[in-house]
Amino acid sequence: MKHVITALVQNTPGVLAHVAGMIAARGFNIDSLVVGRTEDPELSRMTVVVIGDDHVLEQVRKQLEKIITIVRVRDFKDIDYVERDLMLVRVSAPPEKRAEVVELANLFRGRIVDVAKQSLTVELSGPEAKLEAFVDMVKPYGIRELARTGIIAVQRGEQRAKEQKENGKGKNA
Amino acid sequence: MSKSTKTASKRTKGYAGMTGADLFHKMLLEEGVEVLFGIPGGVLLPIFDSLYGTSIKFVLTRHEQGAAHMADGYARSTGKTGVCIATSGPGATNLITGLATAYMDSVPMVAITGQVTSALIGNDAFQEADTTGITRPVTKHNMLIKRAEDIGRAIHEAFYIARTGRPGPVLIDIAKDATSNTLTDEPDLTINLPGYKPMLTGHIRQVKAAAEAINASKQPVLYVGGGVIISEASEVLSKVAHRGNIPVTTTLMALGAFDESDPLALQMLGMHGTAAANYAIQECDCLIAVGARFDDRVTGKVETFASNAKIIHIDIDPTSISKNVKADIPVVGDAKDILEKMLPMIKSKPRKDWLKQIAKWKKAYPLHYDTGPKIKPQQVIESVGRLTDHDAIITTGVGQHQMWTAQFYGWRKPRQFITSGGLGTMGFGLPAAIGAQFGNPGKTVVDIDGDGSLAMTVGELVTAVHYNQPVKVVVLDNCYLGMVRQWQEMFYERRYSATEHPCPDLSLVAEAFGAKGIRATDPSELDDAINEMLKHDGPVVLAASVEPEENVFPMVAAGKSLHEMDMGRLV
Repeated sequence: MKHVITALVQNTPGVLAHVAGMIAARGFNIDSLVVGRTEDPELSRMTVVVIGDDHVLEQVRKQLEKIITIVRVRDFKDIDYVERDLMLVRVSAPPEKRAEVVELANLFRGRIVDVAKQSLTVELSGPEAKLEAFVDMVKPYGIRELARTGIIAVQRGEQRAKEQKENGKGKNA
Repeated sequence: MSKSTKTASKRTKGYAGMTGADLFHKMLLEEGVEVLFGIPGGVLLPIFDSLYGTSIKFVLTRHEQGAAHMADGYARSTGKTGVCIATSGPGATNLITGLATAYMDSVPMVAITGQVTSALIGNDAFQEADTTGITRPVTKHNMLIKRAEDIGRAIHEAFYIARTGRPGPVLIDIAKDATSNTLTDEPDLTINLPGYKPMLTGHIRQVKAAAEAINASKQPVLYVGGGVIISEASEVLSKVAHRGNIPVTTTLMALGAFDESDPLALQMLGMHGTAAANYAIQECDCLIAVGARFDDRVTGKVETFASNAKIIHIDIDPTSISKNVKADIPVVGDAKDILEKMLPMIKSKPRKDWLKQIAKWKKAYPLHYDTGPKIKPQQVIESVGRLTDHDAIITTGVGQHQMWTAQFYGWRKPRQFITSGGLGTMGFGLPAAIGAQFGNPGKTVVDIDGDGSLAMTVGELVTAVHYNQPVKVVVLDNCYLGMVRQWQEMFYERRYSATEHPCPDLSLVAEAFGAKGIRATDPSELDDAINEMLKHDGPVVLAASVEPEENVFPMVAAGKSLHEMDMGRLV
C-alpha cells in the first residue's frame, strides 16, 4: 500500500541523511522524497512516499518520530489531504505534430514552457494519476526527457507549521 | 527547563573572549562531569590544553573502544551519564563498537570527538572521517559543531538527550577551529529541540486497563527488562509482584531488578533461561512486559511466545511496542511512574494454584551442573557469588561465561550486573569493570570473563594499573571460543572450525602489565584463589582453567519455542 508520510523537520544538516538512512535500514524503497522550506525558516517539510504494509509502515512512522530533529510526523493514511506532483516533460514535436501535442497539454491544463524546432516542453502539475495519464498520452510522440518532483502533500484544513510545532503532540523519545 | 521551542533566548554574560576549548571545559563542569575517559590527539590539542590541571578526573585508556566501554560501565553502575573523548579519524572510528553497545542497551553516554578544521572538512584531510555520518545509526543523536559559539548549547543538548526518555549515546563532533577560536559573541546556551519531547507519564486509562487485565488473570507473569533498572523501578516492581502474587522473570539486562532469593523469582528467561521461567511464560494467561523489548533471544519462536496470554506492554519507547509481539494493552511511559500508578489498582490475590505449579517446575528443573575432576565454570561463578556475598558489581564479556554468570551468580539488586546484552560485544567486561570501579570507589568490582573476550581488550589492564583501580578479573580459561564451539558441537557435528585458540597463561600476562596474577587449576584450590583475589588491594587477574567442553543449559535452539528447551545432560 502507498503511504504518504510528511515530516516537519528542523532545518539542520544531516536530517535528510538520517531519514533516508533510517528508511533504507529497514529495507524500504523510497518512492519519492521531497524537502522544502516552510514559512518558518527553522523548519522544513519533508514528504516521503513509501510502499509497504500498514504494520511495518507504522513502525517506520514511529522510528521517524524518534529522530530528534524531526518535530512532527504524519501518515496521511486516514487523513483527507491534497497532493501535487510537478512534472516537466520534453516531447518530440516536429512542426506537423506540434498542434496535437499542444492540444493534449491544454486538455490536461499543462503549460508550454519551452518550444524548439523539434520538441516542446510541458509543465504539468496535479495528483500522480493525472501526470501518469498525460505521460501515456504523449508517449507515442516520443518523450525526450522527463523530470518530476515527487509528491508533496498537506492535509485539508487550517493548521499551519508554526502551530503544529507548538502543539507538537505525539512526539516521544 | 523548557525544550519545546526557542522562546526566550538565554544569552550569557562574560563568555565572549573565551576560547571554544575553555567554554567546552566549563560546560562539562556545569553538567557535573566527574570522570572523562579517552585518548588525546592532534585536533583535540586545544581541549586537552584547557583540561590541563582540571578537577575532572581524566582517564587515559589504551584504546578508544576501552574509553567508550568505561564510560558505559560507569553509567550503568551509577545511573549517571558516562563521558568519553576521542580524536578525529581513527579515534572516532574506534569508538563505534562502544557507541553501538551503549545504543543497543540504552545507556546514557556523551561521546566527544575532534574533527579536522572546518575549512578542511570533506577534503580527505589527515585523520579525517565523516564521524557524524558513520555514527548516525548507532547514536541516539549526533551533531557537528563548527563554531565556538555553538559548543555550549550542543553540550547541554547532548546531556539532556542522553539521559532523558529512553537513554542512549549522543555524539558531538567538534571541529578543531571551534575549540581554538575565541568567542566573539556571547553564546546562546538555550536548548532548542522542538522535536524532542520524551513521554514520561503513563496514560491513566491504559494503566487502569492493564491493572484490570492483571486482576482478571489467574496465571500472570511479570516479564521485566532493563527499563526497570534504568527508571529505578525495582522497589515498586517488588511491591506490585507481592501484592498480586505475580512471579517475576528478568531478562539478561534486568538481572538484579528483582531479588533472586525471593520465592516469586523465576530468574532469567529466554534462550538460556530457567525452565521455570520459560514454562511460566508459555503457560501464563497474562504477560506483563515492563521495560523489555521482546528480543529474539528472549522470545524464541515468536509465533508461539506466550500464545495464550493477554499481553500488556509497558515501555517508554513507542517503537518497542508491537514491534515483535503485538501488545493487547500498550502503556507508553516511564516504568516507575506507571508501576506506581498501577500498584493501588492491583488486587491482592493468593493465586495459590499458579504458584504451586511454578514451585513444581522450579523443583523439577533447577539450574544444575555436575562437578568433576576439573574446575567447572559454573562452580567458579557460584563461588564468586558466595564469597562476595552476592553484593559485588559484576561485568562480563560475551559468550558462555556470560550466560553462566547470568544463571549462577545470584542477583540481589539493580545496577549490580553490567553486560552487553543487545549488541553482544566481546571485550566489554574489563573496560566496563574499570569504568564501574571509577564510579564506585571502595566497592568490589569483578569482571567475569572468557579467555576469548578478555583477549580483545586485555590492554586496558594497563589502565587499571595506571590508575590503581582494584578491579578483579576472573577469566574462565577453556582455550575455545566457547559459545560458538557449543553450537558447532550441537548443530555442526563437532566440526570445531576456527574456535580453538592457544591458551597463554593470563596470570602471567597480568604480572607483566604490573597487576597481580593468580592461577587455579584444581577445584580444591578455587575458594582460596578467589579469596586471595578479593583480598588484594589492586588489579588482579585470576585465571581459572576450566572444563573446556562444558555447555550452557538449558538451551532453546534458535527458531524453537521456549517450551522446547534442551535441558542438557540433566534429563
